[in-house]
Amino acid sequence: MAGMVERNGAGTIISHVGLIFGIAIVCFPIYLAIVASTVEQKDIVSPPLPLLPGGHFIENYKKALLSGVNIPVWRMLVNSTIMAMGIAIGKIVISLLSAFAIVYFRFPLRTFFFWMIFLTLMLPVEVRIVPTFEVIANFGMLNSYTGLILPLIASATATFLFRQFFMTVPDEIAEAARVDGAKPMRFFFDILLPMSRTNIAALFVILFIYGWNQYLWPLLITTDPEMNTIVMGIKQMFPSGDDLADWPVIMATALLAMLPPVLVVVFMQNLFIKGLVDAEK
Amino acid sequence: MTTISLKDVKKSYGNLRVIHGVSVDIHDSEFIVVVGPSGCGKSTLLRMIAGLEDISEGEVCIDGKVVNHLEPMDRNIAMVFQNYALYPHMSVFDNIAYSLKIAKTSKAEIKQRVQETAELLQLGDYLDRKPRQLSGGQRQRVAMGRAIVRRPSVFLFDEPLSNLDAKLRVQMRLEIKRLQRQLGITSVFVTHDQVEAMTLGDKLMVLNDGRVEQFGTPVELYQKPRSIFVAQFIGSPSMNIVPVSEGHRLPNGAVVDHAVPKPQHTGELSLGIRPEHIDIEPASDVRFLIEMAEQLGANTLIHGVLEGSSAPLVVSLPGLHTLESLDASIGLRFQPENCHWFDTATGDRL
Repeated sequence: MAGMVERNGAGTIISHVGLIFGIAIVCFPIYLAIVASTVEQKDIVSPPLPLLPGGHFIENYKKALLSGVNIPVWRMLVNSTIMAMGIAIGKIVISLLSAFAIVYFRFPLRTFFFWMIFLTLMLPVEVRIVPTFEVIANFGMLNSYTGLILPLIASATATFLFRQFFMTVPDEIAEAARVDGAKPMRFFFDILLPMSRTNIAALFVILFIYGWNQYLWPLLITTDPEMNTIVMGIKQMFPSGDDLADWPVIMATALLAMLPPVLVVVFMQNLFIKGLVDAEK
Repeated sequence: MTTISLKDVKKSYGNLRVIHGVSVDIHDSEFIVVVGPSGCGKSTLLRMIAGLEDISEGEVCIDGKVVNHLEPMDRNIAMVFQNYALYPHMSVFDNIAYSLKIAKTSKAEIKQRVQETAELLQLGDYLDRKPRQLSGGQRQRVAMGRAIVRRPSVFLFDEPLSNLDAKLRVQMRLEIKRLQRQLGITSVFVTHDQVEAMTLGDKLMVLNDGRVEQFGTPVELYQKPRSIFVAQFIGSPSMNIVPVSEGHRLPNGAVVDHAVPKPQHTGELSLGIRPEHIDIEPASDVRFLIEMAEQLGANTLIHGVLEGSSAPLVVSLPGLHTLESLDASIGLRFQPENCHWFDTATGDRL
């Protein structure tokens, strides 16, 4: 109705067919994974591939969660959650504080430090992985949550984002707080932090998924299966020799690995939109 | 009981000097208005009193105590900002209460004082609202409440009315004046609006390019402007400044009325006369060519030039007139007691 272009019936049908086709392409592998996680091993290895869900859903997921292949999946889920939460919260805390310092304080070499932080944008984990590994190993942090989280916690992107947001907060608000007697940290906690909550929610979603999807780093520093995270753990489930891969369990694990990021997006999206509606003006 | 005194206060940004030594004494419960065109340094001066801006040279004293190096909170001042600067995520109650919370006032006392303040400002029904749910005038009141609730010894206002519409501005102006009278708190108010300045201030400070042009009561400034700048800045419509040459001749050759006292001064002279101090005198030599008439209701502003020259002049006539109801050329009489003489070169009053 409000569209600029008038559509006739045929056009609507064609565009819908196109959209449904696209969605089908994206969703089909996920559907296959769901099917594969509900049948028995023998149904998968003997062609043709089953296209309808089987009756072993509870059995397969129970097996995955409680015993897994090397290690129960619940354990890997716990590890991944701790790592992703640690990275997301750590990144937000550190970047909030450094953006606060850069925007609201005048100290020597302020711009220099800002550009130094900015420069680290060009150095993702993969580039600095050997020296970082060396440091973590020498500190004895292999197979620990600290080792998983700490090297990934500094974030130039988030610092930059909060810097941009803080610069849009009117100076008068900071001055009003100063006249009201708020010391810098009081201003930060009472005023700046509540005003940033929408930004924090949005960043949390992005950073949680970033943390959850870490693959290379956990693969390097966790040798103990007890410390495996789920994203790398799926790969560890494939047998190395001639053993048969336990497909139903692997597929169940893969789907379980997808679940928390989806939940975070769905749950935080509500909060995010609420934040947007609540935002001032 | 609070006095403020500025002693040769200067402000520089690097090599650029924006305040060139301001000295002034403000007495207890006085309402001072700092007025000047934009960029004259009036806000900077206010912010230096507040403690938001460093003082390059000179001293700011509150109650005889030098406060140059005190934080704003330790100066016992309260400030109302141009854009209100309300905390957007806090309710009206929390906005007003914030300074008390920081000062660790007891919950019961905070509640009581916020209630009192809210009643004073007719905000009682809005305490649970967020700033964005308020109208401009209400936000302005919350900003006032935030200042009042602390019982400060000095109020500082930084163009607080400039974001309001004309009607509301007049209303808030009266309210501010009433509150200041009622509370008896020494206040400094910055504005670029000369009407606001005239109506609010016990005394006005006219600032131009970082220098004090004149400091005095509104009537003093109106009746005895010390310079051409003040003469044209104070009063609406602004004063006519007419160059006068040798033999006290106006640009069109007419000689200034004999009744007008003439200064003994060599050099270029300017005659200042307010539009409301010019009368019609059909027999006068001073002829005025009418170009435009603005009807304001109670009076009419007539724009035109002195006949035989291009010197512009504005005349304010009581009652309603139109171009048709007046002759194209009329004779004028400058009220002798209301003529001001200035040195054209320096702009100083003679």
